[in-house]
Amino acid sequence: MFRGGWVENLVKNLLLYIILTAVGLLFALPFLWTISTALKESAQIWQFPPRWIPNPFQWQNFPEALKIMNFLLHLKNTLIVVFTSLVGVLFSCTLVAYGFSRFRFGGRNLLFIVLLSTMMVPPQVTIIPIFIIFTKLQWVNTFKPLIVPAFFGYPFYIFLLRQFFMTIPYELDEATIIDGGDYFTIFWRIILPLSKPALATVSIFHFIGAWNDFFGPLVYLSENTKYTLAVALAAFRGVYWTYWHYLMAASVVVALPCLLLYFFAQRFFIQGITLTGMRG
Amino acid sequence: MPWSWYRPRTCIARREARFGYLFISPWIIGFLLFVIGPLLASIWLSFTDYELFTPPVGIGFRNYQELLFKDPLYPLSLFNTVYYVIFAVPLGLIVSLLLALLVNQKVKGITVYRTIYYLPSVTSGVAISLLWLWLFNPQLGLINYILGKVGISGPGWLVEPKWAKPALIIMSLWGTGGAMVIFLAGLQGVPTHLYEASELDGANWWQKFRHVTLPMISPVILFNLIMGLIGSFQVFTQAFVMTQGGPSNATLFYVLYLFRNAFLLLRMGYAAAMAWILFLIVLVLTLFQLKFSSKWVYYETKLEGR
Repeated sequence: MFRGGWVENLVKNLLLYIILTAVGLLFALPFLWTISTALKESAQIWQFPPRWIPNPFQWQNFPEALKIMNFLLHLKNTLIVVFTSLVGVLFSCTLVAYGFSRFRFGGRNLLFIVLLSTMMVPPQVTIIPIFIIFTKLQWVNTFKPLIVPAFFGYPFYIFLLRQFFMTIPYELDEATIIDGGDYFTIFWRIILPLSKPALATVSIFHFIGAWNDFFGPLVYLSENTKYTLAVALAAFRGVYWTYWHYLMAASVVVALPCLLLYFFAQRFFIQGITLTGMRG
Repeated sequence: MPWSWYRPRTCIARREARFGYLFISPWIIGFLLFVIGPLLASIWLSFTDYELFTPPVGIGFRNYQELLFKDPLYPLSLFNTVYYVIFAVPLGLIVSLLLALLVNQKVKGITVYRTIYYLPSVTSGVAISLLWLWLFNPQLGLINYILGKVGISGPGWLVEPKWAKPALIIMSLWGTGGAMVIFLAGLQGVPTHLYEASELDGANWWQKFRHVTLPMISPVILFNLIMGLIGSFQVFTQAFVMTQGGPSNATLFYVLYLFRNAFLLLRMGYAAAMAWILFLIVLVLTLFQLKFSSKWVYYETKLEGR
């Protein structure tokens, strides 16, 4: 590591920071531009060359845009879908992962491979018969199609939790059995309490996935009053397609919760990726 | 199992298996209801004419005949998608690997850069689409403004058939943070003693990258390649929100056309045929990659015990 002198190291580091920052700007500029547009008054949007700093700052774009797109209603819809499906995910995926990680039964490895390969089936391939069933059940234009499947487990989260459960020592199971506990005690008293970080990872992944999901709500929700934020934002664009300051303000607000969640829960993301064993 | 000593083995083993099946039963039921059932039902539907509110009528191979020989939009949607995949996947792999190499440097404040590069990956696809629609605006957009600054008169991007797909490909590169993080995890898993050994042998950075890094992360490359292929074949949100398939159907992608047939025209049988062809394409490509991978993917250990 000390091959070059300290001058060489300094130059190297400087160069590195320049590249890092330049690339960082490429990634950040679209966001900054969005925020800048969201704070401009409509006349300024049509100004060319564009200005980065809005003058004046048009803060009322935010309440106005949110009011027009009926934000609170769609927020409520989104939260209902996100959190009830989260309950389903946590319930089903932990049980299934427990089954795969702690029990020996015929065909276990084959079933686990099947589970992994279903991750590769594009959802569009199966959606038509599922849609037909939900239509017959009169579930279309309700939140049920977006919630009920979560109670049957999602392969990626099952995989993630199973990898985590495998790291919990068997001696704890043994001790529980000796103390007179059964499989449910192990699950409830040992596995779940020791898996809080993994549960947090799954919850965050699912929150972001469900919050941002577009295809599902687009297919299953037909009335505007039922729309989740993702669909409502797309519909907002359909009507107010030249009101860029409103569109950008609404986009910022819709994107913000996931960005904040990511900021404050980064370590769970990293853990999630490490858990999938993609370390070479 | 560690505690099998305190009871007759066969009995406890059978009990254990019963509970195992019990615990995984939610997924088994879900798998039958939401994966295998629909996959099989799709085959049957693809041989029918079914408009949702009248009973399905069997029509043999006519859906497939129409798709392949009569409907000009179907081959076009396939072409558009393949065009997108061919550029977006390899470019995405290269960009995300470069980003990962960049943020794998051990310098102060590197996590800040990692965070910024990853931000687009947690942002709503609809919001991203609106954002880039504005960036690509031919007259007022930031991109053509910056191009103008350096003396290039930018194209119409999303309103020009020739430039619409390249625009969406450029946009997809902005979202490669997900693949970057997976590459990063791969890079950090490469044992340092391999680098030290090659340094002793006088290897320069390129030789180290070519002969140590690349082989060691080849399983990760394979993973990102397969996931990228599967994901790119599903390209939908951008086209739906930004261009509605236009201009002149230049961004009419496979899933967008499937969506229109299924949920706007309610041609369930026709769309099911499309869905099955998509499934076969993705399946064949994945199996092909997996088979071909033994030529270039290096596994340090033969498959782990389980």
